[in-house]
Amino acid sequence: MNAPVLPGPLNDNPRLDLWVSFPESGKVTINTGRVELGQGVLTAMAQIAADELDVAITRVTVRSGVTDGMPNEGYTAGSQSIQFGGLAMGQACADVRALFIARAAKILACAGDELAVRDGAFFRNGTATGQDYWTLASAIDLSVNASGLARRKASADLRFVGQSSARSDLPAKIFGDDAFIHDMKLAGMKHARVVRQPNKGASIGTIDEASLRRAAKGAIEFVRSGDFLAIVGDNETAVELAGAAAINHVTWTNVETPTPLQQEANWLLQRPVIDRLLGPPEPSDAQGKQRFEATYSRGYLAHASISPSCGLAQFKDGHLTVWTHCQGVFPLRAALARTLKLKSDDITVRHVQGSGCYGHNGADDAAADAAVIAMLTPGTPIRIRWRRDEEFIYEPKSPAMLVKVRALIDSAGKPADWTAEIWSGNHNGRPGGGNALLAGYALPDQEPLPQANEVPEAAGGGATRNADPLYDIASKRIVHHMVTETPVRVSALRGLGAMPNVFALECAIDELAERAGVDPVAYRLSITTDMRARAVIEKVAAMANWQANAPGGNGAGRGIAFARYKNRAAYSAVIVDLEVDEEIRLRRVWCATDGGLIVNPDGAVNQLEGGVIQSASWVLKEQVRLDGGTASFDWDTYPVLKFSEVPPIDIALINPTSSDMPLGVGEATAGPTAAAIGNAVSHALGIRLRDLPLTRERIMAALLKE
Amino acid sequence: MTTIEFSVNGKPVSVALDNEDTPLLDVLRNDLGLMGTRFGCGLEQCGCCMVLIDGQPEKCCAKPVSSIAGKNVTTVEGLGTPDAPHPLQQAFLDEQAGQCGYCLSGILISAKALLAVNPSPTRTEIALALDGNICRCGSHNRILRAVEKAAAVMRVRA
Ligand code: FES
Ligand code: FES
Repeated sequence: MNAPVLPGPLNDNPRLDLWVSFPESGKVTINTGRVELGQGVLTAMAQIAADELDVAITRVTVRSGVTDGMPNEGYTAGSQSIQFGGLAMGQACADVRALFIARAAKILACAGDELAVRDGAFFRNGTATGQDYWTLASAIDLSVNASGLARRKASADLRFVGQSSARSDLPAKIFGDDAFIHDMKLAGMKHARVVRQPNKGASIGTIDEASLRRAAKGAIEFVRSGDFLAIVGDNETAVELAGAAAINHVTWTNVETPTPLQQEANWLLQRPVIDRLLGPPEPSDAQGKQRFEATYSRGYLAHASISPSCGLAQFKDGHLTVWTHCQGVFPLRAALARTLKLKSDDITVRHVQGSGCYGHNGADDAAADAAVIAMLTPGTPIRIRWRRDEEFIYEPKSPAMLVKVRALIDSAGKPADWTAEIWSGNHNGRPGGGNALLAGYALPDQEPLPQANEVPEAAGGGATRNADPLYDIASKRIVHHMVTETPVRVSALRGLGAMPNVFALECAIDELAERAGVDPVAYRLSITTDMRARAVIEKVAAMANWQANAPGGNGAGRGIAFARYKNRAAYSAVIVDLEVDEEIRLRRVWCATDGGLIVNPDGAVNQLEGGVIQSASWVLKEQVRLDGGTASFDWDTYPVLKFSEVPPIDIALINPTSSDMPLGVGEATAGPTAAAIGNAVSHALGIRLRDLPLTRERIMAALLKE
Repeated sequence: MTTIEFSVNGKPVSVALDNEDTPLLDVLRNDLGLMGTRFGCGLEQCGCCMVLIDGQPEKCCAKPVSSIAGKNVTTVEGLGTPDAPHPLQQAFLDEQAGQCGYCLSGILISAKALLAVNPSPTRTEIALALDGNICRCGSHNRILRAVEKAAAVMRVRA
């Protein structure tokens, strides 16, 4: 028999003791490389482990995100935590349970399949055997590799998975406890703020220390290495005041001044690019078919996490400890080692919760700031917290994207050939592989980095994510122009290219339906044989009581859109009702999602709702403005959706207890929501708007042009 | 050094500061060790730092502590505890109203202030009362439901 294939993260970290231990009587500890980002992953992991080990969930303690003695699962990103990390956790627990059963059977001189486990105790023919995990734990060596041989629970036997489980992390946040990294206090800790290098290559000119000390109204010190300058002190208010005043009292040379033209997606055309063709070449003639072509775009987006990034670090006895709310403690450790010229073994990185990040925000950079300062002030614990403007200006942005869709339409009005041509910076600016931590750009003697690369297709792609329509189209391709220089630093935001690509492709599908004179729901069903895709489209249409060919053009509109995230995670279809005059008001949203087996249904719905609302905010309001610098630096210059602008949302999960593998849901609704809004606006106005965000200015301009 | 006296969650406090313009938020967090009130912007824009000052909801990230002398401050720690939760906190738990939860302290305070003047708010009235609080995770609908639910519980108790 061939050895079974282990789930990826378990294959990378096969030792079972990295995943599961029985530290004290009646307790189970599981270690996950995934970290809590407000998405409820720790609760879901506990549910999975409790089921596979047959223990009460209250016995399970989840540890996560430390670079010592834990599985290295890279980043907590891409809606992969349950789909892959959960699979690995489940298999590790099943293997552990099998080892214990085998041992118990030997002691009891019976066959393993005569034994049942109930809440950690071993039973034979319904009678307690006196053995349990904890009586046996000392005799079982878990420092062995997973075999992957143990069978996972059948879905009918799951007790915790599939039930809504209250999130273990929420009470601390509702009672105002020290729930976040921002609330950590270390003995002897000093506060710090960095005087930020305006851009890579900028150098410090003059520093007016006297004015900064006056601004601080309290004692501060300066710490400097090359163009990395920080203000440090015991009193946070003083360092905050001095940090904010530094813009007036520290001068820089080689400062870049981006212009408003550069903030727009069409600035990407004519830039240096690296080209790729995914699929067959585009046919040179139309083969007697009708042509369709349209261009869609979206500007740069900020993660705009509610709290500015925070990091703590201490360098003591040759060892650096860093506390961070980043998405990947192991990759951060590697980047810190390179930047600080330390060995990885001399660094421990610990995850502590921050506010929602939705991707690569300032967390890694703030941790690096703290680490650099800690190395320059050995022994002293350092806490850094970015200012609001600092987070907006210096967090990596989601790249602007321009997508041209070209299609050839057959005599039945259906697409026979499809091209998505994409211009975008890369979505892969995480530290490592061509990208430095922000502090690294300012420090002396840093090694040059190779060209940064886009997220590979095997990982779902970056700018190309979801550019390939799931519909039945005979010939399809993606033409990808990776723009190598962007006016702002770019990286990963929730769904990467999925939102702009689904916006483009699902708006184009509506445009094709209109040309064919077919209702948008019927048109989609006519080009989809994927049964799960059909099911979410039909379900959402039923939820919203979709009326075929409903008249529009009177300021009230309804739109639908669909996508399967990454073409291999969850399926989602969304319908939006809205009204438009000069501005768009969302009235109601419906969403149907098939995410396979759902571990925590209420948690999944929470994520799906969050995705709808965040996407609506992106589409209606968000674009990073550039004007001599980053001109979006606070909540007035980068507004997001407010409570009174959020519509009621109905979510349906399709077959959540099915035996289908769990599929990531966290990022599934962003693309369909964006396109459903675009389609609803077109329905309401009778005019197609193809450039995001759909601001009042753009709506007015489009109405005037009519 | 200036000494400023006020009360927090019903207890008198006294702080001695070099800079009497230190924001109340910094004093709560750094001098009094009350970490429940969160920093989000320092610009009175996001509502993370919402507290009640003499019963009125106010953002305290840019409010000089000297202006608070003699006043009563209520923070999220003053609402309830896991053993004796405020109806709002119980409703937020019941509705699982939050994702990262960073916004929740300020939202709970804004909601408490609303229910004090309007015990039966509509969804729209709750939303308008929370427009000074940003939630970036998109937990809005759960939060609105939780406030409606708490209002109903409090009406029965009143
Ligand atoms: S922290 Fe006070 S309003 Fe944002
Ligand atoms: S739950 Fe994260 S900001 Fe509201």
